[in-house]
Amino acid sequence: MIPAPFDYAAPNTLAEAFALLEQHGDDAKILAGGHSLIPMMKLRFASPAFLVDINNIPGLSYIREEDGYLRIGAMAREADLDHSELIRSRYPIFTDASKLIADPQVRNMGTIGGNIAHGDAANDHPAVMLAMRAEVVISSAEGQRTVPIDEFFYGFYMTAVQQNEILTEIRIPIPPAGTGNAYHKLERKVGDYATAGVAVQITVDGKGFCTYAGIGLTNVNPTPMRAARSEEALLGQKMTEEAIAEAARLAAEDCNPSDDLRGDEEYKRAMVGVLTRRMIHKALERARR
Amino acid sequence: MKKEITVTINGEKRTAEVEPRMLLVHFIREQLLMTGTHIGCDTSNCGACTILVNGKSIKSCTMLAVQADGKEIITVEGLATTQGLHPIQEGFHLNHGLHCGYCTPGMMMRAVELLENNPNPTEEEIRWGIAGNLCRCTGYNNIVKAIQYAGAKMRGEQLPSTEPEFV
Ligand SMILES: Cc1cc2nc3c(=O)[nH]c(=O)nc-3n(C[C@H](O)[C@H](O)[C@H](O)COP(=O)(O)OP(=O)(O)OC[C@H]3O[C@@H](n4cnc5c(N)ncnc54)[C@H](O)[C@@H]3O)c2cc1C
Ligand code: FES
Ligand code: FES
Repeated sequence: MIPAPFDYAAPNTLAEAFALLEQHGDDAKILAGGHSLIPMMKLRFASPAFLVDINNIPGLSYIREEDGYLRIGAMAREADLDHSELIRSRYPIFTDASKLIADPQVRNMGTIGGNIAHGDAANDHPAVMLAMRAEVVISSAEGQRTVPIDEFFYGFYMTAVQQNEILTEIRIPIPPAGTGNAYHKLERKVGDYATAGVAVQITVDGKGFCTYAGIGLTNVNPTPMRAARSEEALLGQKMTEEAIAEAARLAAEDCNPSDDLRGDEEYKRAMVGVLTRRMIHKALERARR
Repeated sequence: MKKEITVTINGEKRTAEVEPRMLLVHFIREQLLMTGTHIGCDTSNCGACTILVNGKSIKSCTMLAVQADGKEIITVEGLATTQGLHPIQEGFHLNHGLHCGYCTPGMMMRAVELLENNPNPTEEEIRWGIAGNLCRCTGYNNIVKAIQYAGAKMRGEQLPSTEPEFV
C-alpha cells in the first residue's frame, strides 16, 4: 500500500514549520513519529497534500523536572521514556504504559506528542495524562497557550490543536509525597490496542485519607475519558475496600464502550471495573513506598 | 515533486531522487536493489521489514524514504564482514533459528539493537524485545537461543550448546 501523492518538507525550526502550516492550511499535516499517520495514509483514510515533518527541529525531545512540572517535549519517543532514569525511578505509570504500547520498533518512532495529538481514544497516553491532570502546551507563530487535558480532546481524531499550531510540550504537575500511580490495559496480544485500559493516580495523607484521585480510561468511550464520579467517590475518603469497590463500580457504569472484535459492551464494562480496582490497589501500594 | 535524498547504506553513500510517498522499504528493495529486507504485512505488525536507522531498529514499511535523508542505514546485507558472519547470523545458523527464513532478516536486525541496548538479556527480555517480529515457522524457541548465543559471543563468553530444540 502506497499513500496518495503529497509534497513534503522537513524544516529545521519551529518558525519555518509554522510558516509552512500557514501556507498550506487544511492541506497540511504534521508528521511526527508517523506510526499513526503513515498507516492511515497507506489505507487512504488520510490523504494530506503536504506533510510538514517536524523530526529535524531540535530541542523538542527533553524529559525533565522543572518549576514543579515534569516536562516532556512533544518529540520524545516512547523509547526515550523507556530509557529515561527519571521516568523509571519516579513515574512508574509510564513504564507500565510504555511496555504495553505497540512493540520496540514502533516505540523507537512513536512520539508522546503524536500519541496525544492523534486524538484517538484507543491510544494509551491520553488516559495516563487524564489521571495525572497534565497540561498540553500548544505553540504557533503567535506564541504559546496551555490547555488542561480535560479541554484537549474534542472528538474522534479531533483535539484542541488548530491547523496553524504544533503541540510542543506535555506538562505534568510533580506529584506530592504519598502519591502512587499505575496503568494497565487488557490486550488480546502484544501490540494490540486496548480492549479496555485504566490509569490511576492517588495521593493519600498521613492518616490514609485520599487527597487526590485521577482516573483515566482507554478505549471505552468515543474520546479518552475521565471517570469523574469514581474520583469524587474517593476524594476525602479513607481508602477502604468498600470505597475502592464503589469507585470501580462507578467507572464501569459511566464508561461507554461499544461492541467490537475485542469484546462486547458488557464484557468491557466488567473489565473497566476490575482494572479500576486493581490499579487503585497498585497505585496505593506504590504510594506507601 | 521528487526530492533528492542521500543515505549511507551499509557504509556506502547513495544519492537518489524519490517521490515523497515512496516507502523506505520500497526504496531499499526496488531502487537500491537490496532485497534482503522483506515485506510481510505492510501494516507495521510483522517486523519482516526491520532495519537499523541511525542504530535504531524501525519498520521500514512505515517510514518514508525522504525521512531517511542524511541517515545511516544498516540492513541484513550489512551484517557480515570480510571476517565472516555477524554473531547474530552465526547464532541463527547454528541454532536453527529459521525455517523458511522470511522473518529472519527483520528478526536479526531487531536482535542487533536489542543486544546493543542490553548485552546480557534474560529470556523474558529477549521475548519482549522481539515482540514486534512475527515468525510463522519456528515457534520462537530457537530464535531465542540464537539471540542468547549471539549475546554470549559478543560478551566474549563461553558459547552455549547449539543443540537445536525440535518440537
Ligand atoms: C503496530 C502498531 C501498534 C500500535 N499500538 C499502540 C498501542 O498499543 N497504544 C498506543 O497508544 N498506540 C499504539 N500505536 C500508535 C503509536 O503509538 C503512534 O506512534 C502514535 O499514536 C502516534 O504518534 P506518532 O509520533 O507516530 O504520530 P504521527 O503518526 O506522526 O501523527 C499522528 C497524528 O498527530 C498529529 N501530530 C503528531 N505530532 C503532533 C504535534 N507535535 N503537534 C500537532 N499535531 C501532531 C499528526 O499530524 C497526525 O494527525 C501503534 C502503532 C502501530 C503502527
Ligand atoms: S512489512 Fe513492515 S512490519 Fe510487516
Ligand atoms: S522462519 Fe519462517 S516465518 Fe520465521
